[in-house]
Amino acid sequence: MILDGKVPSGHITEKWDKHRFEMKLVSPANKRKYKILVIGTGLAGASAAASLAELGYQVEVFTYHDSPRRAHSIAAQGGINAAKNYPNDGDSIWRLFYDTVKGGDFRARESNVYRLAQVSNNIIDQCVAQGVPFAREYSGYLANRSFGGAQLSRTFYARGQTGQQLLLGAYSAMMRQVGLKNIILHTRTEMLDLVVINGIARGIVTRNLLTGKIESFVGDAVVLATGGYSNVFFLSTNAQACNVTATYRAYKRGAFFANPAFTQIHPTCIPQSGEHQSKLTLMSESLRNDGRVWVPKNPGDKRKPTDIPEEERDYFLERMYPSYGNLAPRDIASRAAKRVCDEGRGVGPTGNGVYLDFSDAIKRLGKKVIEERYGNLFEMYERITGDNPYETPMMIYPAPHYTMGGLWVDYNLMSNLPGLHVIGEANFSDHGANRLGASALMQGLADGYFILPYTIGHYFATTKLEKVTTDHPEFKKCEEEVKERINKIMSIKGKKTPTQFHRELGKIMWNYCGMSRNEEGLKKALDLVPQLREEFWNNLTVVGEEGDLNIVLEKALRVADFLEFAELMLWDALERNESCGGHFREEHQYPDGEAKRDDENFCHVAAWEYTGVGNKPIRHIEPLTFEYVPLTIRSYK
Amino acid sequence: MKVKLHIWRQKNNKEKGKFETYELNNVLEDMSFLEMLDVLNEKLILEGKEPVAFDHDCREGICGACSLTINGIPHGPEKATTTCQLHMRKFKDGDEIWIEPFRAKAFPIIKDLVVDRSAFDRIIQAGGFISVNTGQAPEANSILVPKQNADNAMDAAQCIGCGACVAACPNGAAMLFVGAKVSHFAYLPQGQPERKLRVLKMVEQMQKEGFGNCSNLYECEAACPKEISVRFIALMNRDYLKASCSEEKLEVINNE
Repeated sequence: MILDGKVPSGHITEKWDKHRFEMKLVSPANKRKYKILVIGTGLAGASAAASLAELGYQVEVFTYHDSPRRAHSIAAQGGINAAKNYPNDGDSIWRLFYDTVKGGDFRARESNVYRLAQVSNNIIDQCVAQGVPFAREYSGYLANRSFGGAQLSRTFYARGQTGQQLLLGAYSAMMRQVGLKNIILHTRTEMLDLVVINGIARGIVTRNLLTGKIESFVGDAVVLATGGYSNVFFLSTNAQACNVTATYRAYKRGAFFANPAFTQIHPTCIPQSGEHQSKLTLMSESLRNDGRVWVPKNPGDKRKPTDIPEEERDYFLERMYPSYGNLAPRDIASRAAKRVCDEGRGVGPTGNGVYLDFSDAIKRLGKKVIEERYGNLFEMYERITGDNPYETPMMIYPAPHYTMGGLWVDYNLMSNLPGLHVIGEANFSDHGANRLGASALMQGLADGYFILPYTIGHYFATTKLEKVTTDHPEFKKCEEEVKERINKIMSIKGKKTPTQFHRELGKIMWNYCGMSRNEEGLKKALDLVPQLREEFWNNLTVVGEEGDLNIVLEKALRVADFLEFAELMLWDALERNESCGGHFREEHQYPDGEAKRDDENFCHVAAWEYTGVGNKPIRHIEPLTFEYVPLTIRSYK
Repeated sequence: MKVKLHIWRQKNNKEKGKFETYELNNVLEDMSFLEMLDVLNEKLILEGKEPVAFDHDCREGICGACSLTINGIPHGPEKATTTCQLHMRKFKDGDEIWIEPFRAKAFPIIKDLVVDRSAFDRIIQAGGFISVNTGQAPEANSILVPKQNADNAMDAAQCIGCGACVAACPNGAAMLFVGAKVSHFAYLPQGQPERKLRVLKMVEQMQKEGFGNCSNLYECEAACPKEISVRFIALMNRDYLKASCSEEKLEVINNE
């Protein structure tokens, strides 16, 4: 099937304005008749819930956390992009659009990206009005800094805690609506299934994480804002609870999953120290503004970094990408680090590490300036590793961080299942095959504050929805299936814990579907994952009771879905027989090791349709056209 | 290294809890405190026993979920550090470690080390915001914020809402949490129109939730993983006093 992204006609600069005019409206008096279920309270979910409630819709919000403020958007460090051009360095909406399309290696929908760049400025205005304490100059004006993948300073930031401050802004806007009784908030409640009635998404089935109670909720639209699936790798920079269940369950109910193989490996994370490790910690990309990345020129050089003289160091990013240097985009910087480590020049106990050195910046700017810029990051590094980055270079290595793939959505952010809207990292839309730094926050808030509130109204105004309650047989059927799944998991009584299975799955995915991939490895993984899944359903152990706070059961349900989802990701990586952005197929590279796209055969979105566990899903296509940013080889040299 | 753990186990809010003792060998100093507990939990599951329930998520010190009292100190012995960022290199071979939940009247225990901190959400809901709807905002640079004010606001705004301040306070007070949120907005021009109403409503909700009052012991600041200063409590008290004899107070009374 050829999918239609429903992109409005007209010149790209006019599409969104034209579309906003053409969309049908719901009158204020009628808005309160519609109920919207929002799942997830990160930047996208919280901003959408607040904005929709302000408009007058009835909103119910669900989070598995104890408080909506804990969503993982909180951990974003570096910043948020906007095309304000405050530094007068030549930025514009067009340039932000251009950089994002190019940064995504020409695998995103042009019209969506342009709209994202357009609303980026409104986001900054909104956040400032909410009281987000962005960094300021002495004059009182907003400060900016540069970030990976851009040659100008368009990033707004609040120390190293930008995500936290933006999330607290969206969270407080949402809590204001909770207080006004326009939003009903359900905490410690996890969505376990999507309910589809006559082809339309009408509700969800949830589990109360404290009591184990299975409940149904009905709505006129369902909004998934449930984030990404980097935890399929077990070790990632994501929080412990981040999982694929909500989007994967929607996929099993008929929503198409787009580009699942597009995952981002972030170049600046603290390397793994041992088997016990539960997560990898990101060090903000902003560190690359002043830090220089290097490894010893000679393989196996075991000297202390401070003992290695200048001429025996290889500042490989500066050498390979002179115009961007240490600010090369994430996929490129990550692969370069892997390449030098594969050559045996990696550092640290595992050999999987490169140095990020601040000694030049400290000499140039003084310790005080560096402390002001990165003090909290340096402290965090020292707490985790025991090393002091003011005295010895940091060690970093790439780690899974963000997933560009997600549920397929059209220009209105609605999936192929009518009524199911998907926003933020959970959808596939704007970042193509690679996301630029400081763009995730921008996209989450763009979707939630400024896009979905318009497009969802158009859906209501143009769709006749039948009256449904949770007594509908489809709700009962879904509830029964969820209960059955839980009973099955509780009754296996095998010998391995959910975490053991998760760790094994992560190893398979990292080895064969991580930073670089090839046909042989992907096929091997397609053998290994079903075997592991089989073992899971025969040898899993879950202790405790289902009608109680049960951390083992929660984890087991999430791992069960990862074990199915992993196969989907492998199929996508195998069938996309080209390299692009974060998807690097070893068979397709230029002699210097850069990714080689195949625009003739793969200039499209791959959106997968579920056909049963263990069966190969059906690959649908949405062709991508590049009218405004001509297809070129992406070069950062 | 080896450690002996005394961990608070409590089935639910109704039953009484007690300490149980566990011994762990092979603890590595590079492990985080929660990774050490992961090791214990994996062992318990394989023995068919229920693992220790505790809240945690980001494991990088920012989400505010983790909430353990370690050897009597919320978040443990290391200054300015959440439980998830505390590493075992801060302990010695053979150490005995006592692990309890964050204890406070307004944070009822749910199970083991998990407590209910939803009172914080209700305080924010009462007034911890600027009432601006999406779309109403003026151009960002039309609101100037002197750098010093922006820095002060950020010092307060970086609170992660973990509740260590409450657990550390002998009175179970939430003054540091509320003071930080009140001050964050008080330092900004955007926060001025609702400044008095906000402090009145938030303090009122704080009292309803059963939090105690401040007696200037500064245990909250000492336990705070983000080193939020008690000067924000002073600012809140000044604002509260001023607001209490303002027209906004009448508004609050009339609405009751």
